[in-house]
Amino acid sequence: MTKLNLWKDITRKWQLYALFALPLIYIIVFKYVPMYGAQIAFKDFNVTKGITGSPWVGFAQFERFFHSHEFWRLLRNTLVVSFYALVASFPFPIILALGLNYVKNERFKKSVQMITYAPYFISLVVLVGLLLQFLDPRTGLVNTLLGWFGLGPYHFMAQASWFKSIYVWSHVWQNTGFACIIYLAALSGIDPALHEAAVMDGATKVQRMRHIDLPGILPIAVILLILNTGQMLETGFEKILLMQNPLNLRTSEVIDTYVYKVGLVSQAMNFSYATAIGLFKAVIGFILLIIVNQTAKQLKQESLW
Amino acid sequence: MHAMKIKEAGADRLFTIVNFCVLTLVMLIVLYPLAYVVSASFSSSSAVLSGRVWLWPVEPTLDGYRAVFKNTMVVRGFMNTIFYTVAGTGINLLFTVLAAYPLSRGDFRGRNMFMLLFVFTMMFSGGLIPTYLLVKDLGMIDTVWSMLIPGALSVWNVIIMRTYFQTTIPGELLEASQLDGCSDFRFLLRIVLPLSGPILAVIALFYAVGHWNQYFNAMIFLKRAELYPLQLILRDILVQNEINIDMLGDAKTAAARQGLRELLKYSLIVVTSVPLLVVYPFVQKFFVKGVMIGSLKG
Repeated sequence: MTKLNLWKDITRKWQLYALFALPLIYIIVFKYVPMYGAQIAFKDFNVTKGITGSPWVGFAQFERFFHSHEFWRLLRNTLVVSFYALVASFPFPIILALGLNYVKNERFKKSVQMITYAPYFISLVVLVGLLLQFLDPRTGLVNTLLGWFGLGPYHFMAQASWFKSIYVWSHVWQNTGFACIIYLAALSGIDPALHEAAVMDGATKVQRMRHIDLPGILPIAVILLILNTGQMLETGFEKILLMQNPLNLRTSEVIDTYVYKVGLVSQAMNFSYATAIGLFKAVIGFILLIIVNQTAKQLKQESLW
Repeated sequence: MHAMKIKEAGADRLFTIVNFCVLTLVMLIVLYPLAYVVSASFSSSSAVLSGRVWLWPVEPTLDGYRAVFKNTMVVRGFMNTIFYTVAGTGINLLFTVLAAYPLSRGDFRGRNMFMLLFVFTMMFSGGLIPTYLLVKDLGMIDTVWSMLIPGALSVWNVIIMRTYFQTTIPGELLEASQLDGCSDFRFLLRIVLPLSGPILAVIALFYAVGHWNQYFNAMIFLKRAELYPLQLILRDILVQNEINIDMLGDAKTAAARQGLRELLKYSLIVVTSVPLLVVYPFVQKFFVKGVMIGSLKG
């Protein structure tokens, strides 16, 4: 097609471009301008000189971070909490979906679904508020229960060793129900003829689950696992921030919360240093996503894009 | 043969019973904390404090709710949150439809390039600080715009909606309409949107949940307390344990204050969470569609 025809074609559909203009401007301004702004990671940012006017310092901010005594602790906390959450939250939606799939009573099935979805709609502030209430050493339900067995009271939120487990298992509590939707949908897509044939051959429900349902949802499970691995470093930073207190910081400080504190909270706000740390994580996350997607392609699974 | 059949039925029955028990247990694990909070919020403060509440309200009162609704901060936060949720979701839906519809059209030139431009932002971002500086440079800090505009669009939802348009709006419909001289604006407004009720409902719910539960953006972008959304006020009370002494005005003794303080937390949790928990069951039947499209075809 010649240039003229192309232009003609575009002008004929000008309305589509008119519709698209607003979102496009949004993406450029709110997503790409900050990427351009991320150059302050390589500068010594100074508010009066602005982003472009500030002097270049090369990798100095990064070196400072790598050499700081926080570096290994932050990296370790970020990786451990991400990996723990990834692994722990993977099997439960599958188990729940497999179980729900064999429920004949529609009303019971609907009730279980409706109730298990509910926590998904609770805000992180409320969730952390609930944790604090239930785990409170004096008035909390958990310690009252433990008290019956002569245990405790434990100050769970104040112990660094408890932080990761509380974070991960409350995440499982909140998200399992909602995450199971996709597996239920996949299970309903399995050819009923397979089940009928299996029943004819005298297969039990457990056998059908093992040999029909599980292989049926395996591709989706693998895709989701890969997808989640790619997003792994996106730790629930807003939740961690809420759960933090001076006593559990040793295990609860992750890269994202540190960026927030260095950049926006601390007295000596350091935009450049905070941006460099954030950029370091963004690059690692991006590489992780690419690797994971390549692996997916090699596994001949549906790829991410 | 006969014996085998009975044995199998037995195994299946055992499975059904175990399955029922496990699912019931799961349901209870999810439900119990929620039920406890509701019961505690209606109980007397001394009952809550001494741990006498298990399932049903003990010495029922509305003290907690009275304290909640008497507090001007909380009431104003509630109003702010309603505004941010309604206005924000409206903007979100507008932007999402405007982006998704052209991208769903095979004859939209440059759509692959635009798609790449959009999807890349899901994989890489400039980060917290540059975004903050941008919002600051735009003069949005400490205005309602900072709650509405920076998150105006989620690329993920654009992909879901685009896929929905592609799979449910037949191409013949577009061709027929174009023959009748229907413009793209009209086609989107009169044909596409009326056919997209379910997906609009799901996406609106996802966005609304995001706005309702948002605290972080408010924390970094807002300084004036009169603009605070409910979640931020909630954070001070639930997480930071900072309760304005005025809220406990009625309580005379220190013990009564301590009790009301705990009671208030439970009532606040209920007041904040109920609106969403009441709404989602109505949209629940569309979840499967939204979630499926999003994760498989994205």
